[in-house]
Amino acid sequence: MTPAQIDGLMPIVMLMGIAVLMFTGGHFLSLLLAPKKPSHLKSTPYECGELPVGSAWSAFNVRFYVVGLIFIIFDVESVLMFPIASVFRELNDMGEGLYVLEIFLSFISILVMGIAYCWKKGDLDWVKSYQVSLNNNK
Amino acid sequence: MNQTLVSYLSQYEFYDILLGLFGKNEGFLAFTIYLLFTLAIVGLCATIGGLGTYAERKISADIQQRVGPNRVGPYGILQFLADGVKMITKEDVMPFTADKFLFYLAPMLALIGVFATLAVLPWSSGFIMADLNVGIFYLIAISSLVGVSVFLGGYASNSKWSMLGGLRGASQIISYEIPVTISVLSITLLAGGMSFGTILSHQQGTPINWFLFHNPFAFIAFFVYFIGALAETNRAPFDLPEAESELVSGYHTEYTGMRFGFFALAEYIEVFVVCGVGAALFLGGGNLPFNISIDIIPLQLVQVTVFMAKALLLYYVVIWVRWTFPRLRVDQLMSICWKYLTPIAIFNLVGNAVWMVMFNGKSIADLVFGGH
Repeated sequence: MTPAQIDGLMPIVMLMGIAVLMFTGGHFLSLLLAPKKPSHLKSTPYECGELPVGSAWSAFNVRFYVVGLIFIIFDVESVLMFPIASVFRELNDMGEGLYVLEIFLSFISILVMGIAYCWKKGDLDWVKSYQVSLNNNK
Repeated sequence: MNQTLVSYLSQYEFYDILLGLFGKNEGFLAFTIYLLFTLAIVGLCATIGGLGTYAERKISADIQQRVGPNRVGPYGILQFLADGVKMITKEDVMPFTADKFLFYLAPMLALIGVFATLAVLPWSSGFIMADLNVGIFYLIAISSLVGVSVFLGGYASNSKWSMLGGLRGASQIISYEIPVTISVLSITLLAGGMSFGTILSHQQGTPINWFLFHNPFAFIAFFVYFIGALAETNRAPFDLPEAESELVSGYHTEYTGMRFGFFALAEYIEVFVVCGVGAALFLGGGNLPFNISIDIIPLQLVQVTVFMAKALLLYYVVIWVRWTFPRLRVDQLMSICWKYLTPIAIFNLVGNAVWMVMFNGKSIADLVFGGH
């Protein structure tokens, strides 16, 4: 990249810097203006007036983890599709459209198989239903 | 890198005069121009975000046949300033069990993630801060920081309501990112590039050239994008992370004063960004319906107005939807995303790809009226 091109990335850094400045500035202002009367009861976590029992950092439902896993698969696959998509028009104008379409469709079919598998396994259901056989113990 | 604000302005005569004033130091001049425009855009967006809260209350009042805020300033329009002052003067309370560093970090991350997206938002054909090659991809990537901040905010508070809200928020935001990304992919496919400049240059002229009307699949993709964007910005009917009837206030239950204010500000600016991106991708952005060969600054300002009009119209729809539809259940939320929107989005993508090959990239309007 030439220096002029790197200059183009300047606004991104600036916007992030302004966000940080705005945040710290707002904090500083509130430090000057806001009252400060701390008490133990005030700084307990809100639990509708009851004293909180235990910490909130406990084991949470595994469904969130499954959603995260499915997301990563789809995210990576959509990232891999972006380069194909952005050159698709160019290649189509060159007359290679059908060939690229075949590759593209075969890639998408893997994605579709993935979602079909998750669907079949019931990972897309928030409330899972199991078929429990009653005759298991007999 | 296609075009930046500075490279756009450098075609005018006043740029050379300015360059003379800065002693031929191009880097310093570029720095000054960027700084001024960044401050202007941040100011504009903060005002839009502030007025967004006012619009939200006023429109909801209209829908529910109430009056809404009408005390501060004419028609209560200065309400957001009064709210801001109130938030600064409120005591800053942090739960003693909280993770202090992450508790501070979370609203800042939200603000950084939202502000950084403003760099590629195309206000007009000339006024794009930096028209990156990877424009829309960058936008999707950097706006994920908001999802991180939602989860961090919920986790760091160490309150059960916040934790539940944060977990729900994280799972919802990452889930709805998939249909949004795939809808954006079909537009990338049609435009043949990821930068906003390329995307907008394919939508010049009358509304029939917009990608919304390019083909039936792009038409559906717009609605998939819009529904997904609603969910990504935690707007009703997808506002489960902050569902007040079940989770008190969700991930920002423990946030008070200024920090809560920054969360709210980031959320309202993000809604505007999402609407702006929708306007740029599907509704032609700032393109004017007629062709003018000359390129002057006033024309650019007209384009900015057109872009703002489209984005704010979508903003109105977002608020309208919030006050019209009831909230979804968690399982409905997940099944809408994974069982309906994602397959529809993939179907659209395949449809767009096939359309490109079959009709050689022509839109319906081209086929009917025989253009190009």
